[in-house]
Amino acid sequence: VRGELIDVARRVAGAARDGEQVEAYVVRSLDTEVEVFDGDLESLSVAGVEGVGVRVVTGRRQGYAWAGSLDASMVDETLRAARDNAEFGAPDEWFGLPTPEEAAGPAADLDLWRDDLPATPTDDKVRLALDLEAATRAADGRIRGVESAGYSDSALETAVASSVGVERTMRRTTCSAHAVALAGEGDETQTGYGFAAARAIDGLDVEAIPRDAALRSTRLLGARQPRSRRLPVVLDPLVTRSFLGLLAAAFDGEALLKGRSLFEGRDGEEIAAAGVTLVDDPTDARALGAAPHDSEGVPTRRVELVGAGVLRAFLHNTYTGRRSGAGSTGSAVRGFKSTPGVGVRALRLEPGELAHDEILRAAGDALYVQSVSGLHSGTNPVSGAFSVGAEGLMIRGGELAEPVREVTIASTLQRMLLDVVEVGADLTFLPGAVAGQTLLVADMTMSGR
Amino acid sequence: VLIATDVLERTLTSALRHGGDFAEVFAEDRAGSTARWDDGKVEELVTGRDRGAGVRVVRGDTTGFAHTADLSETGLAAAAEAAAAAARAGGGRARAVALDARPAAPVDPAAVLPESVSKADKVALLARADAAARATGPQIKQVGVTYADGRRRILVANSDGLLAADDQVRTRFSVSCVAAGDTGMQTAHEAPGRSMGFELFDEVDPDEVARTAATRAITLLSARPAPSGRLPVVLKRGAGGVLFHEACGHGLEADLVRKDASVFKGRVGTAVASPLVTLVDDGTYPDEWGTYRIDDEGQPARRNVLIEDGVLTDYMWDLVRARKEGRASSGNGRRETYQHLPMVRMTNTYLPAGDADPDAIIADTERGIYCVQLGGGQVNTATGDFVFGITEAYLIEGGRITEPIQQAQLIGNGPAALMLVDAVGNDFDTWTGTCGKNGQGVPVSSGQPTLRVAELTIGGTAS
Repeated sequence: VRGELIDVARRVAGAARDGEQVEAYVVRSLDTEVEVFDGDLESLSVAGVEGVGVRVVTGRRQGYAWAGSLDASMVDETLRAARDNAEFGAPDEWFGLPTPEEAAGPAADLDLWRDDLPATPTDDKVRLALDLEAATRAADGRIRGVESAGYSDSALETAVASSVGVERTMRRTTCSAHAVALAGEGDETQTGYGFAAARAIDGLDVEAIPRDAALRSTRLLGARQPRSRRLPVVLDPLVTRSFLGLLAAAFDGEALLKGRSLFEGRDGEEIAAAGVTLVDDPTDARALGAAPHDSEGVPTRRVELVGAGVLRAFLHNTYTGRRSGAGSTGSAVRGFKSTPGVGVRALRLEPGELAHDEILRAAGDALYVQSVSGLHSGTNPVSGAFSVGAEGLMIRGGELAEPVREVTIASTLQRMLLDVVEVGADLTFLPGAVAGQTLLVADMTMSGR
Repeated sequence: VLIATDVLERTLTSALRHGGDFAEVFAEDRAGSTARWDDGKVEELVTGRDRGAGVRVVRGDTTGFAHTADLSETGLAAAAEAAAAAARAGGGRARAVALDARPAAPVDPAAVLPESVSKADKVALLARADAAARATGPQIKQVGVTYADGRRRILVANSDGLLAADDQVRTRFSVSCVAAGDTGMQTAHEAPGRSMGFELFDEVDPDEVARTAATRAITLLSARPAPSGRLPVVLKRGAGGVLFHEACGHGLEADLVRKDASVFKGRVGTAVASPLVTLVDDGTYPDEWGTYRIDDEGQPARRNVLIEDGVLTDYMWDLVRARKEGRASSGNGRRETYQHLPMVRMTNTYLPAGDADPDAIIADTERGIYCVQLGGGQVNTATGDFVFGITEAYLIEGGRITEPIQQAQLIGNGPAALMLVDAVGNDFDTWTGTCGKNGQGVPVSSGQPTLRVAELTIGGTAS
């Protein structure tokens, strides 16, 4: 099967005419999704997804087209459409596919595929989800229901081939399980989320899911809206992950070139507290977004974006790397439906010294943010200002105290980086492209009553 | 015709071969183009095509689902087999399915179909909008423009004998601007869209869209920090429908109600909102972004009154949930693509106009916030707590609109906020958006007259 994908890509790349560069990016995944409710299997989806994206560069113009099928006639039609579309784009001297030299170098030898995941019987996956729901319901006497519980996995294969001689294939498996507990009686309901993710089922910490869902929902019972004030905040690892995900756009070489980065012109300057070292490292196989090469076939590498508080680098794909002069950092990301953009795959803060509880003690009196909402609608990626909904608990004398809801927290991404007091040692790898840990930030505005 | 009727009949019969209460084939063929302008030039023109079918089998409370990009009888048979196995239809009896052929819905004859318009004409809109945005003021430093069209042909056949089709065309035009000044950079956007073809531009002027986005970004440069705490909030016509989409729309989706994940469970027939509030979800609203002839389960779109004069009248339903309750679907079963299972989704959700003069609502507000544009929002339907971002807003001081304020989040609780609506204006407008639920995005709109919520929490940084 692995051979087939690269064959599809090669066939398209091989059709390049004189003076034309052609690249095909081919994707296939086999996905399983299980949802259970009230002790029964609610839905089971088993499906394969495949598609191709074709990029044509001719006379400094670029065209792109895609199809959600590897059917030969649709692939041929996609190449024709990409050629036609190139007529309408503006010429740009920096367009072009990576050369074999640019894409050379050893790609990291990462162990991202587990044969036993696609081989696991579907019945086992259903049983896992059913057991998970039952365990969540039983985890605490105050849990009155489970809003959703489920399991999903994906076995993904990609191949890229170009007429200038770049060829790469990659495959990886991921699986995850989750539960959302409903806690409370009478009028009051609180929700709490637990989940786990890994490369294969035996790596899933399924026992943590009911425990986390129960703890997170029950500890919010009795939550009230506090008075508005400024105070230090401690971010849960999931919340830290969300903020880092927003911050990633500021290190995007494309945003930089277009004047949309928060950190334009700040190379070598202090943009964060000294304890902050931020890296994107897709060569770390612990990260679920790890990949040996990017979606143009250029090897990935560890890129230090911020080192001890100082801005060190931006991320680039082939286009932005050439235009900025910095060179590609192997950071092209895309689905088959779009041209390669720039993005993170394994963003994380280098962990600090303190454990979660030690950070609470260091915070003294503060707000513990368990979850945030409206992150995208509440953040201006160009000014860096954010105002997001939050729920969590007050921290008093270094311990978690009464729960709070219906609050917002506000600051700017730039200030937040400078205000980081402690980076937790509890680095947690999460689904997606960003990891998180407990984070203590000196000052934010909390709005409530 | 994506799939011949006899092939559909054999596929459905095969899907129920081991028993089951219900089987369905949903086929889709979608084609679209997106032209993007950025950084002073045409960045790209991308075209794409997606085609495939999803088969589901329902037995009791269990749904089995499989999809395939292969629309041949063999491909469909494999999907039917996988869906049947997933539904574990062990005990039931096989039955044959015969379809009632209905005429396929024609596309609106007035539509200027995307494929009939030259790519050059689509691309030409972009430069025009860029020029109009930059002409608005020297503060405009960057302009992004996107033209996007899509045509989606769907075919639904199910074991009840239903056979229905639709041909849906949508077009959207969006402009985002970055403005720079002494206070830093700000960004703003405007993005109208309709369920129609290129004739969109008979009613939407690209230059006007660009000027709106540019003016908004420039205005934000002089905005002062938003206040923090509880204040009255006046929502300009069209700006605030998303509030009702989040504050109660999601909580009225029957799938969430069944899962005990809605604060509105068990509330039908009771007062859930101020008597000034009537809320309608209307999939038949002419040309609106969330409009269709049939939903993705083949049921006709309907105009459904959800709240009437403050009293909850009904939830929104999909076919499978409605069948279980022995009632009709409300035409709200939607899916992002053939690769997704349908669920209960909103269409065009709005509050009809009331009686008050919009200017009088502002004049009657001593101190508060006037919202002209909202970003997206989010709700926890189990608790009713919601947030949404304000992207253009002003202070109201002494009954007058005064200074612009920076972007901030509004936060509240759905049932509480609905009770606090204390003025509803006699004007009306709509807003175009994408609604996300369980990872599926579908086009929706929301609408409302100018109205006031007596108190919401605004998450600014000023006191």
